[in-house]
Amino acid sequence: MVLNLNSIRKSYRTNEGNVSVLNDVSLNLLAGETLALRGESGSGKSTLLHIAGALELPDTGSVEIGGKELSKMDDTGRAAVRRKDIAIIFQHFNLIPSLNVAANINFQANLSGPVDKIKLEKIVSSLGLSDQMRKYPEALSGGQQQRVAIARALVTEPKLLLADEPTGNLDEQSAQSVLEQMLTLVAETNTALMVVTHSRNVAARMDKQLQLIGGRLR
Amino acid sequence: MIVSCLFTLLSHWYRNPLQIFAYLSGVALATALWSGVQAINHEAKVSYRAAAQTLGEGQYDLIRPKQDKTISVLDYVKLRKSGWLVSPVVDGYLDNIRLLGMDPLTLPSSFLFSNANLTSSISGNDFFEVLMTNENTSKNFGPNVKVIIDKNVAPGMAVGDISLVQKLLNKSSITYLIVNPTQPLEQTELEEITPHLAIINTEQMTDISQLTDSFHLNLSAFGLLSFAVGLFIVHSTIGLAFEQRRAMMRSMRSMGVSLRTLIISVTTEMMILALVGAVLGIVLGYLIAGFLLPDVAATLRGLYGADISGTLQLRPDWWLSGLIIALLGTSLAMSSQIWQITKLPILTSAKPRAWMVVTTSYFTLQMKASVVLLTLGSVFAILFDGLVAGFAFLGALLIAAAIALPAFLAWCLRKLQKYANTPLWDWFWADTRQQLPGLSLALMALLLAVSANIGVSTMVSSFRLTFISFLDQRLAPELFLQVASKDQSFELNTFLSERGIEVLPLVSVETVISKQPAELFGIKVGDTYRENWRFLDAVESPWDTVQLGKAIIVNEQFARRTNLWVGDQVNISPNFTLPIAAIVGDYGNPKGQVIVNEELFSNLFPQLYPARFGIRTDNPAELQSQIINQIGIDKNSIIDQKSLKAFSMEVFERTFLVTSALNILTLGVASFAILMSLLTLADRRIPQLSPVWALGLTRSQLGKLELVRAVLLALFVVIFSIPTGLVLAWVLLNVINVKAFGWQLPMFLFPFEYLKLGLYAVCAAFLAATWPSLRLIKTPPSDLLKVFASER
Repeated sequence: MVLNLNSIRKSYRTNEGNVSVLNDVSLNLLAGETLALRGESGSGKSTLLHIAGALELPDTGSVEIGGKELSKMDDTGRAAVRRKDIAIIFQHFNLIPSLNVAANINFQANLSGPVDKIKLEKIVSSLGLSDQMRKYPEALSGGQQQRVAIARALVTEPKLLLADEPTGNLDEQSAQSVLEQMLTLVAETNTALMVVTHSRNVAARMDKQLQLIGGRLR
Repeated sequence: MIVSCLFTLLSHWYRNPLQIFAYLSGVALATALWSGVQAINHEAKVSYRAAAQTLGEGQYDLIRPKQDKTISVLDYVKLRKSGWLVSPVVDGYLDNIRLLGMDPLTLPSSFLFSNANLTSSISGNDFFEVLMTNENTSKNFGPNVKVIIDKNVAPGMAVGDISLVQKLLNKSSITYLIVNPTQPLEQTELEEITPHLAIINTEQMTDISQLTDSFHLNLSAFGLLSFAVGLFIVHSTIGLAFEQRRAMMRSMRSMGVSLRTLIISVTTEMMILALVGAVLGIVLGYLIAGFLLPDVAATLRGLYGADISGTLQLRPDWWLSGLIIALLGTSLAMSSQIWQITKLPILTSAKPRAWMVVTTSYFTLQMKASVVLLTLGSVFAILFDGLVAGFAFLGALLIAAAIALPAFLAWCLRKLQKYANTPLWDWFWADTRQQLPGLSLALMALLLAVSANIGVSTMVSSFRLTFISFLDQRLAPELFLQVASKDQSFELNTFLSERGIEVLPLVSVETVISKQPAELFGIKVGDTYRENWRFLDAVESPWDTVQLGKAIIVNEQFARRTNLWVGDQVNISPNFTLPIAAIVGDYGNPKGQVIVNEELFSNLFPQLYPARFGIRTDNPAELQSQIINQIGIDKNSIIDQKSLKAFSMEVFERTFLVTSALNILTLGVASFAILMSLLTLADRRIPQLSPVWALGLTRSQLGKLELVRAVLLALFVVIFSIPTGLVLAWVLLNVINVKAFGWQLPMFLFPFEYLKLGLYAVCAAFLAATWPSLRLIKTPPSDLLKVFASER
């Protein structure tokens, strides 16, 4: 099992008091499995994604990634899990603006260890980025930037790929194309994928769909 | 992993060359002025130490003539025969080199030129024929003088055997005798053997390094101020660079870079860059110090009679201090940013927040902090008396003013916005308020520079006015002359009295009064003194009591050092005490002085006679020629009032030349801070200005408004600087000067000077804003349109 979330609870302190965001949430994801997580704005989708991505810790409950229990790790340990086992794709791409496409992809790869150059070239080529490697993010369109983000995420061969509204910032045609390429690469690498999305179309392309309502999974 | 992170962080600078230029030049400028000043101070201190070592200053008692200039060989022989272990020294100038002739056989062994030291470096017949000097000074001697190099000899000095120096100086007499600390138990009193000679104890001697301490402290304070101004640039650039990389750092964290790795990488990156900036700054500081050193040397010679080397050496003591302070300053500037990284949520929004979004409440908080700081500074200054407390208050005042500035500017802008009668001006004032956080550090730097300029120029100009008036009082006689002997003194007195010419004889002796080294003067109380001297404080009719021998007058330095004031009793000599009738200002003189009437002086020191005279005459030129022809006084021993005033003013102006240079440099650094802030903020302005451009304003109008904004902000800063600068001037005149030099100066205001300075500051801001404005005017519409596209 790649991801195992068990009885996760998470609340935030606000001016109005404690707001419970996740309430006894459990889910599993196997290698190669794809999951769409839907829900209204503020339903806790992103929080759940951050917890699954070792970016945040739950108040209670356990998070296991590739059999490693995150709550027992410190920041350095969780950072190591993020480097080796997880990759995250964001709605706003989060590319490093001062690095060109090649350096952006290589940075993530270098963090995780030695880079498999053949694999890297294959990913870059399949995403149609071969001619864009020397360009800086500002010179790319939104669709191209998201492809770079996908290449950067998959080059490390993560066990788990998390995507937060990966097509939310793209036009319909680019969104379709990016989604296709992401699903193809995920299938080829047997990577588990969890996508947070508002889009029914995107959700329909996943193996499983879950909806967060009132902090609980339906 | 750290290397990868470091490379990624550094890529930001590669893509933002202007920012790295601002950062490096900020560190370099801050370090340059600090290390330049330190280099000067250090060079001077090395020179003082070398001089003290060469001359044996402060280590041995000396025997000097009470009045004449020299000691005869016969006196020396008499003393040696009576068991006095003394060593003769001949001291004089050959061109500009001070020659010291010593007797290595009788000299205490700690001297450079003692027998013990010499045997290792000079041998055989050379022993009595060589001069020891340092490498630079050695270049002044021709082939006829044998020279050996010793780096320990003070600059501008050469030491040799007494016979050689006597020959070179064409002298047969001795200047003074060094008293060996070990003396026979039974000894005839000096007064019995040579009544015209006196022992000068080490505590009576003026320690040149102590005397010049305040001068060097002032230089250091200026260096520190310049460093602080430079640090504003560093702080501002670091703040912007961190803000712009906030998204990058979040991405790095989400990709698996631990907080520890990120902090190590960021710290390493900033320190590497600070090191590069510091090295550039040290090179620049070396050049600045080299440029300023000749003037500092002239000042020290003029003010304190201290000779320092005119050439600069790259000594680790000062360049290391420059390096360390640059790294510490950078650490300070980046500490708050590092703290922010630790609090940085990895993933909330990857969008960079507006740079340093500060609210009115933040400004209010800064204002409160300013009041607290100023109160603490004042309490500190009241509780702890002294120079350091004075400087601490000045520091608190400047920081408090700086942190209160944004609140003041925000208040001004709010008021102006209220009166805006067109939408354009309404937007302009609101937009200016929005720019305040980004520009505040540069504006604070400008505030510090302008305030320091106002403060220091008020002090110098007040000093100048007081000094001119003081010279008019003190230099009332039209002629001043010095006689060579007692007979000449008597002859001159008779000559002048017969012609009914008012003469002001002056007789003095160096002594210790109230545990302070002081000069005791005997004067003839007359109309000139009564009409011209102005007192800081006095009893009623002070001259009458002094004339009757019932009171004394002391200078301000003496009064402050001994903590005595008008009416207090002073022990002039054992069992003889007189009250102080008046305190007189004595600007520019480092020594304490006590003045009594001539009869009293001659009772205390019957063997001394007036050697200096002031003469009142309507025809100085004719009287001068009569004195030269009829009494035979050397022409060089007579000086007229005009020449003396001119010389005094030259010394004065030179003294503050370095201060003025540092003032201008500080203002330059502040202007550079504004330029760098505007340039680094320019890119962030595009999204703010594009909507206004789209609504119908031309790029040219926007560019001009940017210029207007810079000028207006500089104007507000100048307005705020004036009270700050005046408080600074008051503290300099009433606290720092009193503690550092021993005199208090009245404060005068110079509105025209402030107006001129304000104009400079506004022009500097205008020039600094020109480039960013031109860039804005030339920004292609496509760049402005990108703001509205989703790709941005």
